[in-house]
Amino acid sequence: MNRSVFPRCLHYAALVVLAALCVAPIAIIFATSLRQQVDIFAEPLNFIFAPTLENYRAVLEEERFSRYLANSLIVGLASTAITLLLGCMAAYGLARFRFRGRATVAYVTLLLRTVPLAVLAIPVFMIWNAWHLVDSLAGLVLLYVAVNLPFTIWLLYGFVLQVPVELEEAAAIDGCGPVRVFVKVILPLMAPGLAAASIFTFRIAWNEFILALVLSGRQTRTLPVAASLYITDIGVDWGRVMAMGGLIAIPPLIFTFVAARQIITGLTAGAVKG
Amino acid sequence: MRTPSWAPVLYLGPAVVVMAAACLYPVISAFQLGLHDWSMGTPWSEARWTGLDNFVSAFSNARVWSSLWTTLLFAAVCVSAEMALGIALALALERPVRGTAVFRTLFILPMMIAPVAVGLVWRYIFDAQFGPVNAALALLRIAPVAWLAEPALAFIAIVVADIWQWTPFVFIMMVAAVANVDAAVIEAARLDGARWWQLTFRVKLPMISHVIAITLMMRLIDAFRVLEVVYVLTFGGPGDSTEILALHIYKTAFVGQQLGVAAAISVLLLVVVAVLSWGALRLSNPLKADR
Repeated sequence: MNRSVFPRCLHYAALVVLAALCVAPIAIIFATSLRQQVDIFAEPLNFIFAPTLENYRAVLEEERFSRYLANSLIVGLASTAITLLLGCMAAYGLARFRFRGRATVAYVTLLLRTVPLAVLAIPVFMIWNAWHLVDSLAGLVLLYVAVNLPFTIWLLYGFVLQVPVELEEAAAIDGCGPVRVFVKVILPLMAPGLAAASIFTFRIAWNEFILALVLSGRQTRTLPVAASLYITDIGVDWGRVMAMGGLIAIPPLIFTFVAARQIITGLTAGAVKG
Repeated sequence: MRTPSWAPVLYLGPAVVVMAAACLYPVISAFQLGLHDWSMGTPWSEARWTGLDNFVSAFSNARVWSSLWTTLLFAAVCVSAEMALGIALALALERPVRGTAVFRTLFILPMMIAPVAVGLVWRYIFDAQFGPVNAALALLRIAPVAWLAEPALAFIAIVVADIWQWTPFVFIMMVAAVANVDAAVIEAARLDGARWWQLTFRVKLPMISHVIAITLMMRLIDAFRVLEVVYVLTFGGPGDSTEILALHIYKTAFVGQQLGVAAAISVLLLVVVAVLSWGALRLSNPLKADR
């Protein structure tokens, strides 16, 4: 390797500072959630304190917390599963077949990827009312599948293209039907893409807040909506709200540590070939 | 392989139906709703056709224009800061070192966290009474600053939160782009005696200019879509100093109960984003990139 402008120790120092900047606010979430209200008021910069699980206990004992948690899990997992299934089928169809209307489907899908959720909120509220989907988990799942499909299809499309058609033809000659070719040949080769797509979809469905706020009722709230209700005009109970924020942050944090490589693949797919 | 004509329908049908019903149809309905006067909780059949009235009242409202201006300023400041920081850091730190994977993992954490949590923690950090920023200022004997109560400072707060969350994205894109540059080209330039600034500005940057352009478009589009972090961090306040267009639409619809007007404004936002998307598509068309 060649000399760089930076000596090695400076390089590391810079990386450590940047990493600290990225992690600090997340650390503050958890640190604040472990402090007593009096401590939070008294000395914000005192990092040596007796941690307490009091805030978590209070949040978990909230009347409907387990309901909200279950809602979030159901919505997150169902949206992810359905998006992946429909997404990989559509990506395969788009990559392998030439048919009338293919370009239209492709471009409309691309454009739908960038629709602001604020634009969707109003008409979706109206339509879901007519379809009796307001205040139902199914309504949220349908919406999250729809908003996640465009990205998923385009991410997986790139992966299908990398699978040589000859491989499929060979399998077909060996007597595999189209469904078996898809399941046995294509799906395994798309595995990294599927991992990235599932993390991105789950992240949106689990974290999303505005649409869930508009469409959910007392029984169908998800965790982010419940967290937002801790902010009132009278003030914020920082300990509890951070405990809630911390709980919401845990699944995405786990995914990040387990599958950082796949996430980066998903982020850079399309723009950077490699 | 011979494909039967029903095959595309079978593979694409379900996804197309879901996207059409729950994404495309709502977008089209936004236009339709913009032409009507409809109140929440009443059946759509009672909606009154009002022609362009909603659009006229939206575009003659000074708050819509100030909100558009806030959005443009927010997008311009955030995205240029993120691009500049991300590119500079990527060029300085592109060389793989031991532990690179660990650092990259830490760098993507900010974008994975729920926007609600991001908004909350920055609201806490900038809190006038209990926030760490003011506590740190107190150590320097500087009087506490009411960050979220001053229009200019509140705007800085939402910008800082966005920069914190999305600079790592630019950084990761740029590192991947630089890593993709043919090492032989760099080596050749070096053998020809290129200095580091020549390598950077004459070789590396031009070779990743395409990725820079795409990343810029992606960031711009997303900057116009920001809503949740600002909702939690300032809710547009103080006054309307941080009321970006997406939030203005939300407030007009669900606080002010003017669904038709809100739909008309959302058409404006949709047009801005569609133009940017069209630009992004011109730069990088995945359909044409078929290998």
